[in-house]
Amino acid sequence: MSTSATSNRRDFLKDSGKWILLTGAATLAWDFVAEGAPEQAPNYHAIDHWWGMIIDIEKCIGCGNCVRACKAENGVPMTDDAFRTWVERYVVMPDEPDKPIVDSPNGGYDGFVNLKQYGDGAKVFFVPKMCNHCAHSPCVQVCPVGATFESPDGVVLVDKTRCLGCRYCVQACPYGCRYIDPRTETVDKCTLCYHRIAKGLTTACCETCPTGARVLVDLKNPKDPIHEFMRTHKVNVLKPQMATGSKAYYNGLDGAVR
Amino acid sequence: MSRSFRNYEHVLRMVGVFVTGLLVFLIVRWVLVPSDFGVYGFYRAGTLTDVAARPIAYAGHDACAECHTEIVDQRKGTRHEHVNCESCHGPLATHASGDVMKPGKPDLKTVCMPCHQKMDGRPKFQPQVDFKDHAGDALCTDCHQPHSPKIKS
Repeated sequence: MSTSATSNRRDFLKDSGKWILLTGAATLAWDFVAEGAPEQAPNYHAIDHWWGMIIDIEKCIGCGNCVRACKAENGVPMTDDAFRTWVERYVVMPDEPDKPIVDSPNGGYDGFVNLKQYGDGAKVFFVPKMCNHCAHSPCVQVCPVGATFESPDGVVLVDKTRCLGCRYCVQACPYGCRYIDPRTETVDKCTLCYHRIAKGLTTACCETCPTGARVLVDLKNPKDPIHEFMRTHKVNVLKPQMATGSKAYYNGLDGAVR
Repeated sequence: MSRSFRNYEHVLRMVGVFVTGLLVFLIVRWVLVPSDFGVYGFYRAGTLTDVAARPIAYAGHDACAECHTEIVDQRKGTRHEHVNCESCHGPLATHASGDVMKPGKPDLKTVCMPCHQKMDGRPKFQPQVDFKDHAGDALCTDCHQPHSPKIKS
């Protein structure tokens, strides 16, 4: 099947005929069936999943493994303004609980250097950040060309062949999760390692997290431990007042975290 | 012909303009909108397969455990049991697929530091040392076994 944005008349008639006669999933599998190799067709059923992530702040040690793994897995530019996930360090002084001091040197890629100047009174903790894969994403709502969307399995993805690079979504994201890829001048972001979860693997950040602070969860799977975790822990999302339907669930989220 | 249908050419001209405009719109739309646009929603359905087609870099713990059973056994019951291989060894999908038979080893001078260097903000459960005070210039592996991190006997 031709998936490029440009196609000739013959391709158009063939493709539109297939889409009309078959349903979505059957059409995606049709080319493999026609070649006599139906077993190679993608057997991942997006509609059976609803992905999210648990991020346990109390377990995060700020090692930066997730940041390094994400850049290696997804070919993210090695600049200090392009991250699909990054780790922030919060320092909260006891007399100013609403004014945290936040730093994230190179997104946590090189780890952190110990801070000495704040003394014993400061509360210090690490917060991994990433795309929250909102169910009602502000970034999707502002895209004028349908280049970014919420997939049927709850992952916010970018169609790089349609993206104009207009940067509306970069401004719309309340979590600052999007960046412009300097190589293509299109927007890029966390795909929740869609190429991995479609193969039954976990994301690169969850794979390399040494303490299990990040766990990929499938909210449509009744056997997933997320359901008990959500019942038994004090879980919150970032900026709940914005009603984005965020699916990055933080355990032990301090009120100072923005 | 009745009076009201005389001089109808201007109506035909307007119909012609509208039909031409509609044709131009349909042709432009056909050129610009991909055929699988709008199947699941306001986006190109093929994006899902395009994004999923990217090759993996991290093979995943199960792929490692298939062959390296002795390491899995060695780690059982130790504090590194649930640390996945590629957390320290790096992305090794090329090794798991058989393309690279002898992958490089982690740098023993730095591999332990990201997790075990003493730092404010690390939770209490995490064992941390100041590397300079703790061992000077010695390597961690001089005393510790990385797969079952006890003192070597």
